[in-house]
Amino acid sequence: MEKTVKHREFGLPESPNYSITVDVPHESDPDDLWKDSRVYVNIGPTHPAMHGALRMCARLNGETIEKSYCEFGYTHRAKEKLGENRTYHNFIVYTDRLNYCSALINNVTYAMAIERLMGVEVPARAVWIRMICAEMARVIDHLICVGINAVDLGAFSFFLYGFHQREEAYTLIEKLCGARLTTSYTRIGGLMHDAPPGWEKEVKDWVVRTRKTVQEMDKLLTNNRIWSQRTQGVGVFTREQCMKYGFSGPNARGSGIDRDLRRDQPVMFYKNVEFDVPVGKNGDVFDRYLVRMAEIFQSLNIIAQCADRLQPGPIWSEDKRVRIPDKDVVFNTMEGMIHHFKFFMAGFDVPEGEAYTTFEAANGELGFYVVSKGGPRAHRMRIRGPSVYHYQALSEMCQGAKIADMVANLGSINIIAGELDR
Amino acid sequence: MDIRTPVPTIYGDFAKKHMELWRGQGERLKSTFPSAIEEIRWPGESATDVPIFYVSKSQLVEVLRFLKEADGFEYQFLSDLTATDEEVEPRFEVVYQLASFVSGSRIRVKTRVREGERVPTATSVWVGANWPEREVWDMFGVRFEGHPDMRRILMDERWEGHPLRKDYPLRGYQLFPDPMPINVDLLKD
Amino acid sequence: MSKDGSSSFLTTRLDDFVNWGRKHALWPLPFGTSCCGIEMMATFASEYDIGRFGAEAMRFSPRQSDLLIVAGIVNTKMAPVLRNIYDQMAEPKWVMSMGACASSGGIFNVYSVTQGIDTIIPVDIYVPGCPPSPEGVLHALLRLQEKIQQGDTNFHRREREAKIGGGAQ
Repeated sequence: MEKTVKHREFGLPESPNYSITVDVPHESDPDDLWKDSRVYVNIGPTHPAMHGALRMCARLNGETIEKSYCEFGYTHRAKEKLGENRTYHNFIVYTDRLNYCSALINNVTYAMAIERLMGVEVPARAVWIRMICAEMARVIDHLICVGINAVDLGAFSFFLYGFHQREEAYTLIEKLCGARLTTSYTRIGGLMHDAPPGWEKEVKDWVVRTRKTVQEMDKLLTNNRIWSQRTQGVGVFTREQCMKYGFSGPNARGSGIDRDLRRDQPVMFYKNVEFDVPVGKNGDVFDRYLVRMAEIFQSLNIIAQCADRLQPGPIWSEDKRVRIPDKDVVFNTMEGMIHHFKFFMAGFDVPEGEAYTTFEAANGELGFYVVSKGGPRAHRMRIRGPSVYHYQALSEMCQGAKIADMVANLGSINIIAGELDR
Repeated sequence: MDIRTPVPTIYGDFAKKHMELWRGQGERLKSTFPSAIEEIRWPGESATDVPIFYVSKSQLVEVLRFLKEADGFEYQFLSDLTATDEEVEPRFEVVYQLASFVSGSRIRVKTRVREGERVPTATSVWVGANWPEREVWDMFGVRFEGHPDMRRILMDERWEGHPLRKDYPLRGYQLFPDPMPINVDLLKD
Repeated sequence: MSKDGSSSFLTTRLDDFVNWGRKHALWPLPFGTSCCGIEMMATFASEYDIGRFGAEAMRFSPRQSDLLIVAGIVNTKMAPVLRNIYDQMAEPKWVMSMGACASSGGIFNVYSVTQGIDTIIPVDIYVPGCPPSPEGVLHALLRLQEKIQQGDTNFHRREREAKIGGGAQ
């Protein structure tokens, strides 16, 4: 004998599609806590533990997630469509807002993608400064990731220590380009503005202070019994699963995949600096945390090496197609004024071609697939954000886990809504 | 000066380093799938950074599986799956960017498809192709045959139209009065 | 209250006292969706401590908070969710629209973005910037506190409307 029960959950309309059939008399299902104990829960899109606006709908048996599906798109800003409607120079502003925790890496990758299409060579000083910026952005992204992961699991002071170092980094970035978060610092062919004198020394001092602080932060959590119990063995994702889903970056390295685009596909001057690539073993939340902490130390080493090798020089290629003339040239010569006018009104033409340029962003492989048909605007601007592939695996990672473990997993795979939704 | 000009600080010697490997792979691919490979575009001759293999729809999944598993290819990493809207027929090109951890090289596989036609799904080769294919459906309207869950992903499920098509306006707003409810059917076993 | 709706001396002093209490204990609901969310977190952190102004108790539940800080983009997919959250909040409630995207759509005038949250909910104070510096957010908070003290916010107007509507009978 069956009885149909209509459930009203979270504003569902009363309709036959949402009814659930209950067996009467009840045949004992060993997984059922009590008769018909499954609950359908909607976690998000506004939820303290969800990073940005992410939604997960789960079927719970008590505290255990039996089945779930994830949804996103709540911060979709149509950057790919904007890429087709804005000139290449205008689009730099939109690239900051992709992975907003490490905006400089996005700027650097986009500039590299367009320079590759045009065959424009960037001067050496600009490349060294770009490397410093990219590694600084990586450090601050990792500090946010592990900080928020810790906050979700209850460790608040850890987050505050990391944020203090982030504020110091923001001050340095503000000295460099005027903005804290959305920097728009690189230009096609070079950089917007040179580093002020004495900036390298301040960066090296910051590196020393951050190293000390991160060592203190490490002491807070790594051998902490509560942290170990909450994170070891939680969210285990094996090598094969990572390869199936297209994981990259610290999430893949935490599971034992030894792939780092800075070492395997070297770009800029990464061949000339020494750094190690930390690789984890178990693929759980603890290993990803350890990989990120180790990567912070490696990035600090890279920054120190790059700051030592900075030589004075030009920071923007002199290629006429991409170089915006300086203001004294614009206001004093006719050619400069016309060049400036045409650059900003019409945009510069990128020759026909397509290229997929990747870089090791803080989260994984950030890629820009740009198809150009010869005009001032792209024909297709595709942004490969690593978070999409990572978020896809969350349902499988949380299969059979408790809700509290889901929170730990989500924090460890570092979803940034900006590059997820674009 | 275009993509064919190598820039030393941006993967300068990438094409030169892998050219021989790519030529060998191209020959083997053409001999294994003589009817499926429609065209190959090489980096030096055409304006591209990696070789592009144009594969016909009918044998797409076999070619992708061969590229993933065969010895000497081992393109195990699906880097990206997307589409572009060329405005001439056939209208859409579905693009697969593959990378190999073993040799460090990358290739691009493209399929041309007309409006209204379906493409076989790559989820049997890579599970991670699930969401990118949903995004291609959402943004371009290209359906994938055999996909387990063909729904919109970025836009609201009630959205009409496919935003990234060239004829969709940039400012084509559509507003909804209530949020999307939880879809209980997806959570049943 | 007198017949024309103006308050008497005792009620005004009480209003002042209540507003003083409310303004120094605003509990924010951080509705952080995108980049402005990071700057909002920076405002809550130790360098630009928002706890100095009484707004440290971040409550993520609409029933327990007073001030809805919308930091970041609000989509057409997210807009009904925001409206739900706003409706679920208990009076008194204030809304701070933080950043250019929340105030007016920002640099994104595209198909999926609402051009400002004031198309959906009434806003008390707008903070410009992309993202606004934490100093900007604190300035906005202080200005909102002044507005609350003077009774110049949407909530106070609603209250006065309700009183006049009931008192005019």
